[in-house]
Amino acid sequence: MSSPYITQPTSVNALMLRVLGALVPAIGAYVYFFGPAILVSLLLASVTALLCEAAMLKVRHYAADAFLVDGSAIVTAWLLALSMPPLAPWWLVVVGTAFAIVVAKHLYGGLGSNLFNPAMVGYAVMIVSFPVPMTHWAAPETLAAAHLSFAQDLRYMFAGVLPDHLKLDAVTMATPLDTLRTQLKLSHTLSEIRRLPIFGTLGGIGSQTVALMYLLGGLYLLFQRVITWHIPVAMAGALALVAGTLHGIDADHYASPGFELFTGGAMIGAFFIATDPVTAPTTPKGKLWFGAGIGVLTYCIRTFGGYPDGVAFGVLLMNMTVPLLDAYTQPRVFGHAEKETTRGKPQ
Amino acid sequence: MRPLFRFNGGIHPPQHKSESAGQGIVPGPLPKRLVLPLHQHIGAPAKAIVKPGDRVLKGQMIGQPQGPISAAVHAPTSGTIHAVGLHALPHPSGLQDLCIELWPDQEDRWIDRQPIEYREKDPTRVLDHLRSAGVVGLGGAVFPSAVKLNPGPPGRVPTLIINGAECEPWITCDDALMRERSGEIVEGILIMRHLLDAQEILIGIEDNKPEAAAAMRRAAAASPFPMEVVVVPTVYPTGGAKQLTQILTGKEAPSSGRSSDIGVACFNVATAYTVHRAVNHGEPVLSRVVTVTGNVRQARNFDALIGTLLPDLVALAQPKDDTDGFIMGGPLMGHRLPALDVPVVKAMNCLIATSPALFKPAPRPMPCIRCGRCAAACPVKLQPQDLHWFAKASNFGKAQEYALFDCIECGCCSYVCPSHIPLVQYFRHAKGEIWAREREKKAADTARERHTFREDRLEREKKERAERLAQKAAAATAQAAGDGAAAQSKEDALRAAIERAKAKKAEIVPRNTENLPPSTLSEIEKIEARRAQLREAAATKSLDQKED
Repeated sequence: MSSPYITQPTSVNALMLRVLGALVPAIGAYVYFFGPAILVSLLLASVTALLCEAAMLKVRHYAADAFLVDGSAIVTAWLLALSMPPLAPWWLVVVGTAFAIVVAKHLYGGLGSNLFNPAMVGYAVMIVSFPVPMTHWAAPETLAAAHLSFAQDLRYMFAGVLPDHLKLDAVTMATPLDTLRTQLKLSHTLSEIRRLPIFGTLGGIGSQTVALMYLLGGLYLLFQRVITWHIPVAMAGALALVAGTLHGIDADHYASPGFELFTGGAMIGAFFIATDPVTAPTTPKGKLWFGAGIGVLTYCIRTFGGYPDGVAFGVLLMNMTVPLLDAYTQPRVFGHAEKETTRGKPQ
Repeated sequence: MRPLFRFNGGIHPPQHKSESAGQGIVPGPLPKRLVLPLHQHIGAPAKAIVKPGDRVLKGQMIGQPQGPISAAVHAPTSGTIHAVGLHALPHPSGLQDLCIELWPDQEDRWIDRQPIEYREKDPTRVLDHLRSAGVVGLGGAVFPSAVKLNPGPPGRVPTLIINGAECEPWITCDDALMRERSGEIVEGILIMRHLLDAQEILIGIEDNKPEAAAAMRRAAAASPFPMEVVVVPTVYPTGGAKQLTQILTGKEAPSSGRSSDIGVACFNVATAYTVHRAVNHGEPVLSRVVTVTGNVRQARNFDALIGTLLPDLVALAQPKDDTDGFIMGGPLMGHRLPALDVPVVKAMNCLIATSPALFKPAPRPMPCIRCGRCAAACPVKLQPQDLHWFAKASNFGKAQEYALFDCIECGCCSYVCPSHIPLVQYFRHAKGEIWAREREKKAADTARERHTFREDRLEREKKERAERLAQKAAAATAQAAGDGAAAQSKEDALRAAIERAKAKKAEIVPRNTENLPPSTLSEIEKIEARRAQLREAAATKSLDQKED
């Protein structure tokens, strides 16, 4: 073996562990506002992911020991579980995770080779196939008409049975983004809508705190140099810019940039999903374009499209552009003239 | 304060300098046997000018430089030439090359040393002197200094940079030299400045060597020509000539060119020292400071004679029992020595004894997750993650397009890779493959060229012969037509002759009928006859048809 003979004591495993660690504050906030059911979803997704990962590694003749502990499957599982409704029936989580790991990850070549973000593929497949359970979000504890005990949570998730006197509507409600959309359709103005009890200062009650925790975790990843600033800044910046422009033109119909940033999947998307290195560009300029593209697409899908949130589809659409972005945004190599670089251009 | 610039990325590996630094330079051994390779520098190998049995004095030239880029080899001590033959070199493959074996007589008797007064001499005389003193770049590239110090047009190299960065972990030989011999280094720098007619002298030293920087500052203050000691941040690979140039001047040496293209010449401090010894004392390069460190009890800097066999040198540092090998150079760009029975050469700045505990084997590589840390660390701003992909897929064209050959193999990318992918090895392999293919292609091109040339020649000869015949025939016809024949008829005849020649030429098709056995030849003849018959029959037939 030739040089170098020393390597930094780091590993894929360590990177993934830091990502998981950065998610912990948000999970804590989640439990506080929406109850412990999310923990069950996270566990279910993790177990499913590991089982699917192990099976696929065996089928593909990969050494299971090194890859199973690399942590990437757990990261996918957690991101997917956190994107799904917290009171999701068990099969929703299991099928989504299995699809993410088996199809989106391993059938595309496994760790490092997949073109699309596995968690977002899992989410997209579920929202297209099972739109109804995917939009039944647990209401924040402070707003719900009734409370479920943890045992009742489990009964609902695994058997689909609610206590006799309760209907699903009593424990779930529309998400802030859904509420906004519906109310706008009912010709209410934004200032009226924002007075509804579901909304807080930034976004939805509860979910705004979770979003703040994602931001906190994201900053930790930035300082740990697990991610670079380019994608989160570009995505949040583009989202805020488009939202700000339209909000400036018509404040009654278009939500403020702050609202757009702290509702839905914007924060987890900017710091945890869009920054997945495998499915994002590697060049600094490419990352900026990629992030900006997701920001604009997210806004457009939220505001003009038919889905409750636009992050997943924004990410998936921009995933497709990654090879192109990388090829066209190659930085100038040391000692090369600016114009000289024809690299990456199709021949 | 001079404004400093920075290159992209770089890394901060554990330094491990304290093991060997600050202990002073210790004289190396005077062993019973010295092995002196004739090719210790870039360029043509030196030619042995001694034969077994010859007695030589310390400092006597035993290998003469050959060709424009070469350097001499000298006897590092007095003794008898024992043999001129093949011996293993300190090379990653254990390569053997021509060496002169010298058995010292332990008397260490000098040859008559002849210093020169460089200010009064013609620069080419000084350069010749350096060339025959065997002065080469001691930073590791071992490029003959005389070539690099050749000034060219006046004012071409206004900036002289002296490299005391010593950025690789473990190595402290330049540090030791600067601490102890700063005055002599400055003398050497003055000679270099004189030869290049440089206007500005910058001495770059990383900030992890404050003692060396202080010593150099003191020496520089006493210099008649102003020179500036610039302390630069400790980032690997600051010691790369192009990187240090960028830090100090902000200028980037062009990818395909040299530092002199941007008016900069860069020399290692140890080179400056040997220039001083050669010019002011008439002493050729006979020894160099070698750091022996790592898994040893007494890490030291030794002033080792060139040609000292490593077991003799290493023994002084007392390697520990679990030592499992040696790295020549630093841990990032050096290479493991397949065997220890090799000599100290001019390029050897450091020997690191390794043990499994000190240099843990790299963990098993995982797939690339495109995290981009390699690109962030690359001082040349390459995209190692893309290059790795192309190299792995043997897509060498694409790798070249992505500037594979700008890679300086510093090892930063491999060092930071969380998947522990041996990126530099991939790049070395890809470069080797491309070189091999280039050679093959060149050979094929030459063969093809030769073949087409031969074909063309045969064709031309055939044509010329046909034309000659035609002219002769035309002349004969003209003769027959008589002198009084009209120009018209002459022209007709000429045309007819050309027609005939053309027809004949058409008939002469290349047949590979040379070198065939007679039986085959007769068979070919028969076939030809049959063909002729057929042609005749066809001609008659077509005539018949016309008549119809």
